[in-house]
Amino acid sequence: MQFCSTLNRGGVSMWAYWLSVPAHWREFPARYRLEGGLCRSCGHTMLPKGEICPVCGSKDIVTKQLPRRGKVINYSIIWNAPRGFEYYTPYVVALIELEDGTRLMSQLTDIEPSQVTEGMDVEMVLRKVRVSGESGIIAYAYKFRPLLKR
Amino acid sequence: MTYIIGAGVLKVGDHWDKSLRNLAAEASILAIEDAGGVSVDYVVVANSLSGVVNGQENLGSYVVSRLNLKGVPALKVEAANASGAAAAIIANSLIKSGEAQRVLVVGVEKMTDYTSLEDSNTALSTLIDSEYEAFHGATLDSLHALLMREYLKKYRINREDFSYFPILMHENAVDTPHAQYRFKIDLDAYLSSPLLAEPISMMDVPSPSDGAAAIVLSEKSEGPNGSARISSFGQATDRISLYNRKYILEMPSIRMAFNRAVSKLNNFKPDLYIIGEYSSVMGYIATEELGLAESGKAYKLFMDGEAKRNGPIPINPEGGSKARGDPIGATGVYQLAEAYLQLTGRAQGWQVNGARRALVLSIGGLGCNSVVHLIEGV
Repeated sequence: MQFCSTLNRGGVSMWAYWLSVPAHWREFPARYRLEGGLCRSCGHTMLPKGEICPVCGSKDIVTKQLPRRGKVINYSIIWNAPRGFEYYTPYVVALIELEDGTRLMSQLTDIEPSQVTEGMDVEMVLRKVRVSGESGIIAYAYKFRPLLKR
Repeated sequence: MTYIIGAGVLKVGDHWDKSLRNLAAEASILAIEDAGGVSVDYVVVANSLSGVVNGQENLGSYVVSRLNLKGVPALKVEAANASGAAAAIIANSLIKSGEAQRVLVVGVEKMTDYTSLEDSNTALSTLIDSEYEAFHGATLDSLHALLMREYLKKYRINREDFSYFPILMHENAVDTPHAQYRFKIDLDAYLSSPLLAEPISMMDVPSPSDGAAAIVLSEKSEGPNGSARISSFGQATDRISLYNRKYILEMPSIRMAFNRAVSKLNNFKPDLYIIGEYSSVMGYIATEELGLAESGKAYKLFMDGEAKRNGPIPINPEGGSKARGDPIGATGVYQLAEAYLQLTGRAQGWQVNGARRALVLSIGGLGCNSVVHLIEGV
């Protein structure tokens, strides 16, 4: 029965934890490529791209590729995780400011939580972010790692 | 004018033997009995997480069915931790518009049916931006952690300075019969409590709980056990997500809600403050946004005892979110019921002596939906 398959949540029953395919798919431009919005009226950049500029109220907003580098403004080391993140603890969620000033929230990766500092330079990578039980989708999206010395 | 004419509160905690509707019905019956067994012509249910935790929505009908109030109009109001305060605004407006004479406002939350912290975190994550914060593993606690780290840095205080808040909340809750945690804690307990989201520890935030509280609002001051007038209210919002706010330590929604409420009155001087803080750091920020302390100095009120029940500025005489408990969607109704009990002199053991005026601040999410109620004894 199709009805049953939609209710099969891999043994996990918290509804908010379940990530549906279209709910993730429609965010691909932002989550895979850091495509945000640029207000053509005042120059404000944002993630995700919105309908109305939060600074000047203009509706003239176009898609913009945001820079993939930035720095850690603030962070928290999470020991007490929600569903789907248990196996990552402790993990770091950081407030990041990209090179053009756009702010976003992301996990940090490739670094021990104790090594994280405010102001550290980071760059975007695509990583597995969360799973939804045994039968749900595996969601990939941006995480940030310490900027590699090149 | 609108008056609170009766209240009923259940103990906040783990009610394993009671369902969402048992809790809502019990509190409602207590409130209606306290109001003299009056009839009500509207029911407003305050709740935040029933859809995600209990698999139950349509709470207007759900609660009314249990109360045998067939035909009475009912609805649910949701605004995260401020749901109860928002429900009271709707009820108050129904009375002021003449649409209703008496309204039952019942707040209910049943969080403990999911027994793991992972599940409660997931439920609480619905109060923040699900697509750009919770998706990445951010939790409600971790966003409060960002506030705390910023606060520590900006105001150059120590983590120990945050202990004064939960220590006073727990001290107050010892005397509050319906509080979740009726025991004292000390600095050692604060510093040794497990970290949930660094630097937030278990002693900075409430734990998951069940609870229900109800009040009866009326256009008349007719409470047989006393009435309290809702003199004014104000509400304001802010961005739901924290990451795209310019100054994360400012909570303009609190200031705006406060200004909207006081602008309708001349010279309202509260004798007590009931603040739905969720975390120690939000407790400090809220205290500052209400103008009770300078930025970065709120801890002094709690350290020096000014915020104590018998101090000059009593804050959360019942124990606040931390120790009375924070059953999210019900919390706002608890706060209003507590203000009513204080102003009618019935807060036995946790009474602020001579309390005539109360300011109730409810904060939904991360300071993104704030409601201030100003209430006076009559």
